[in-house]
Order: sequence, then C-alpha cells, then structure tokens
Amino acid sequence: MNIVEDKELRREIIVDNYQNPMNRGLVEDSTYLKENTNNESCIDNIDMQLKVVNDIIEDVRFDGEACAISTSATSILIRSLIGKDVMEARRILQNYRNMIEEKEYDQDLLGELVVYDEISKQPNRIKCALLPYHAVCKMLNRLDES
Amino acid sequence: MNREDFPMLKEDIVYFDNGATTLKPQCVIDKMVDYYSHYTSNIHRGDYEAAIKTNQEYDGVREIVRDFICAKSTSEIVFTKGSTEALNMIVFGYFMHILHSGDEVLIDKAEHASNVLPWYVLQERIGIQVKCISLNEEYELTSTNVEKAITDKTKVVAISHVSNVIGDIRDVNHIGKICHEKGIYFVVDASQAVSHTSIDVVSDHIDFMAFSGHKMMGPTGVGVLYGKYDLLDQMEPLEYGGGMNQFFESDGTYELKLPPTKFEAGTPPIAEVIGLGEAIRYINKIGVSKIREHELNLKKYLISEMEKIDNVILYNKNSESGIVIFNLDHVFSQDTSIYLNHYHIYIRAGNHCTKMLKDDLRIKNTCRVSLYVYNTKEDVDRFVDALKKSYDIFKIVI
Repeated sequence: MNIVEDKELRREIIVDNYQNPMNRGLVEDSTYLKENTNNESCIDNIDMQLKVVNDIIEDVRFDGEACAISTSATSILIRSLIGKDVMEARRILQNYRNMIEEKEYDQDLLGELVVYDEISKQPNRIKCALLPYHAVCKMLNRLDES
Repeated sequence: MNREDFPMLKEDIVYFDNGATTLKPQCVIDKMVDYYSHYTSNIHRGDYEAAIKTNQEYDGVREIVRDFICAKSTSEIVFTKGSTEALNMIVFGYFMHILHSGDEVLIDKAEHASNVLPWYVLQERIGIQVKCISLNEEYELTSTNVEKAITDKTKVVAISHVSNVIGDIRDVNHIGKICHEKGIYFVVDASQAVSHTSIDVVSDHIDFMAFSGHKMMGPTGVGVLYGKYDLLDQMEPLEYGGGMNQFFESDGTYELKLPPTKFEAGTPPIAEVIGLGEAIRYINKIGVSKIREHELNLKKYLISEMEKIDNVILYNKNSESGIVIFNLDHVFSQDTSIYLNHYHIYIRAGNHCTKMLKDDLRIKNTCRVSLYVYNTKEDVDRFVDALKKSYDIFKIVI
C-alpha cells in the first residue's frame, strides 16, 4: 500500500513531521531571505527563511507556533524543496496548491506532500496546509524581483 | 439551569465559549422577531402607532440598563455597536481632548486589544504615556499593584473588570476609590463582567464603562457606553448625522443634542437594543448573584476534575470567575480545540486578543473554557472524558 491509500501511514508521516519537524530554528545569516506568515482566521504564526544559490534552493528553515497541519506541512514542504532549482520548486508549489484546492495536479511531483490530498474535506484546515506555501512563494517572488 | 430556554442547546453540543459570545434565550430572539414582524419603524421620527411603540421599547431599554448598572440617570446610557466602539469613543471623544503630552494612562498586560490599541494610538498622536500595571504571580491585577503604579503624572486607570483570559475579578470598588481620592479618571471595560458579577457604577466611582450585549445573552451589534453625565456633556461625538443634531443651517451653523442622543447618529441598532433589554430582564429574573454562584461552583468542579488528568496544564485555577485556561502538554491549543470539536465541545483556542499577556504567561496560545449559567456538571463530565481520551488526539485531528 502507498501513502495515498494507507491512512495510518499518512497520519504517521504528519505526526512525525509535527513532532520532529525538519529545519526548525532560524539562522542569523543575511544570505537568507526571511518571511513571516500567519493565518488571519487562526493563530498559526511562523517565520520562514530561504537560501538560493545559483538558482538552487540550498536551504529552507522555519520557526514559530503552529498547529499539527501547518507545522508538518512546513516540514514536508521544506524537505521537498531543498536541492531543487527554482523552476522545479515553483512547479512543486503550484501542484501542491492545486491539490489542496482540489484542482488538477501531478501527484508524482509531490512526494510525501500527498498526505494532505484530503485536507479540503476540512475547510478550516486549508489555510493551515497552505501557510508555508505562501511564505515560500513570497520569498521566491522577491528573488525574481531582485 | 434554564437550559430549555436556549434553542442552541437542543443541538448535541457543549458550549464552553461564553467569553467570546453567549447563547441567546428564546425570549430575546422572540422579542427581536416581534419588532421585525409587528412594529418595524424608525425611532424618534414617526407619529404612527408602530413608531410610538418602537420609541417606547427603545427608550425603555435605557432605564433597564440604568437600573442594571445602578447609574444615576438614563442620560448616562449611550447605545453603541459594542464595547470596542464604546472604548474608542471614550478615548478619542473625551481623553484625546483633555490629556496632554506626558500624562500617564495605566492599563495592564491582560487587557483586551480594544482597551490597549486606542490608548496606543493616542500615545502616538498626542504623546501620552501608556504604562502597564504589574500582574501578581497568578497573573491577576491587585489593587495594591494599581496603587503602586500610580504616579503624579497618572491621569487615567483603564482596566477590565474581569480579565477575559485569567478571569480574575478586579476589586473595582477599591480601585475606584483610590482613583477618586487622587483625582484620576477610572475607565472600566466590563465586557466579561456584566451578568457575571454585580456592578454599581456610582459606588465604584466609575467614570466611564463599556460592555457588549452579545456577551450577556443579548444580540450582536449592540453595546453600552456609560459615562458620568458631566463627562459625556464634554465628550465629543465621533459620528455626526441625523438624530443627534438640534439644528443646522445653510450658513454652517449647527447645534448638537444633549447626551446620550448626541452620540447616537443615524439609525441605531433598534432591534438589537430591544433585544438587549429583554436579555437584561431575563438575567434579572435569574439574578446575577445566582449566575455567579453557579459559575463558581461549576468552575471548582471543573478544576478538580481537570487536575486529575496528567497531561493538562492549568494556568488560572484560583481566579474567581467561570474562565479556565489550559493546554494539553505538547499539543498546540488549536489542535486541542479541533479535537474537542470532534465531540461537539466548543471552546476557544488562541491568544484571546490579549497579545501582551504572553510576556508574563510565557506562552502565546492557550485553550479557554468559559462557563455560563446554562452549563452543567454533565457538560463538564463530557469535556473531561474527551480530555482523558486525548492520548489519541492525532487520530482525530489528522
């Protein structure tokens, strides 16, 4: 059984990423871009950092207080993005958003992020799942502008 | 107590979010529907039967409110949209015109945003100094600490009667006396206090007070600003328009009406004011002291049951109102709230609009249970049972 079919495995992945998230803790380093992201309708509030070198995403970090969905989604998204070039990262981000918003998406691009493919059934958690998405997109846009 | 009066309680729910808003008894709903169904009309404008009835009902509520908070006169009761509007009117309609650069306003870190931000804006605009009175080790505001914080420059003490997070009932009578003796204005945000504890604005030396109808079984969209008449007389309206003017001419001259009318420009929330009157009648029938006794007894029971659960962290078990804040160990408050919703138990998670309290509490977000007259031991048992099963929380919330 794969992640999509095995509900217990999906839950394990989410809980594990919530309790032991990847790259929690920010660094004092001016080569990183930084963005705060929060949900108006709830209390999730995280800061994210992004480092891009020669078009490759070298590092993504975060810190803050957020629910299980936001925190785990941030962790899994970070793992998915590190090592990708900016174009690939944008494709992953767009497909992730499409999945969350129940639009067409390419499952093969998303890896473990597919654990959130049913999040739209809980409308109040869509924003939680998209919290890191918004922060990373903002930083990539800033990179484009510069 | 009185559960059959509340249509929402026919649903299979435990409603523990009374600090945010309370449920409405059928009589309040009926009273508003009656206005909309049988005598809809504007106030203070028509000479026909429905309009006369509306005037009587609307103006009658002023007397009900006056009696409820023991004010001297109905002219001291202004209807607003809610506490937030009332507090903004107090700050920008009165204090902006009489305070000067360097004057001190004392608040505390447990205040709600609506009793912090207007003062901060005033600080920015005219240079007053907003200072926080220290909370004690249980995050409560004592009159001793108020007294200690007062200096020669203190012109205003602005505090909530009951904190919406810690739930401590401040000794407004003593604090009011201290302020009165020192010639300091005393402003009280009574949003979490009305209908939970008795209020006497005269004996408590309160100069201005604000509260909302929807936190006391009344409708949303209506609140009350109380002010001593001579202060209201000097206070400037923030809104100008119909109903509040005596006359205006083409040469630019105009004259405003007297308080409270000069603060109620335009068509007010008529149905809501009438609904608020009915809510106070309902509260009076039960009795504020009975409501308080019920909440206290239920809180004691709730605390004693929660203390038996290992992973519950309690922050305010000794405060004497129906508010309990807690967290489950290593669980984000919003996840706890989503988990409890699975059992149809409604609580609040977050910072509760008191974003400065995290400095003292050393945690940003908590879960809040706020009890009211219709909550029961059975509600508490159902809530406690759900907490006991919370080792399974991620199976529910994910």
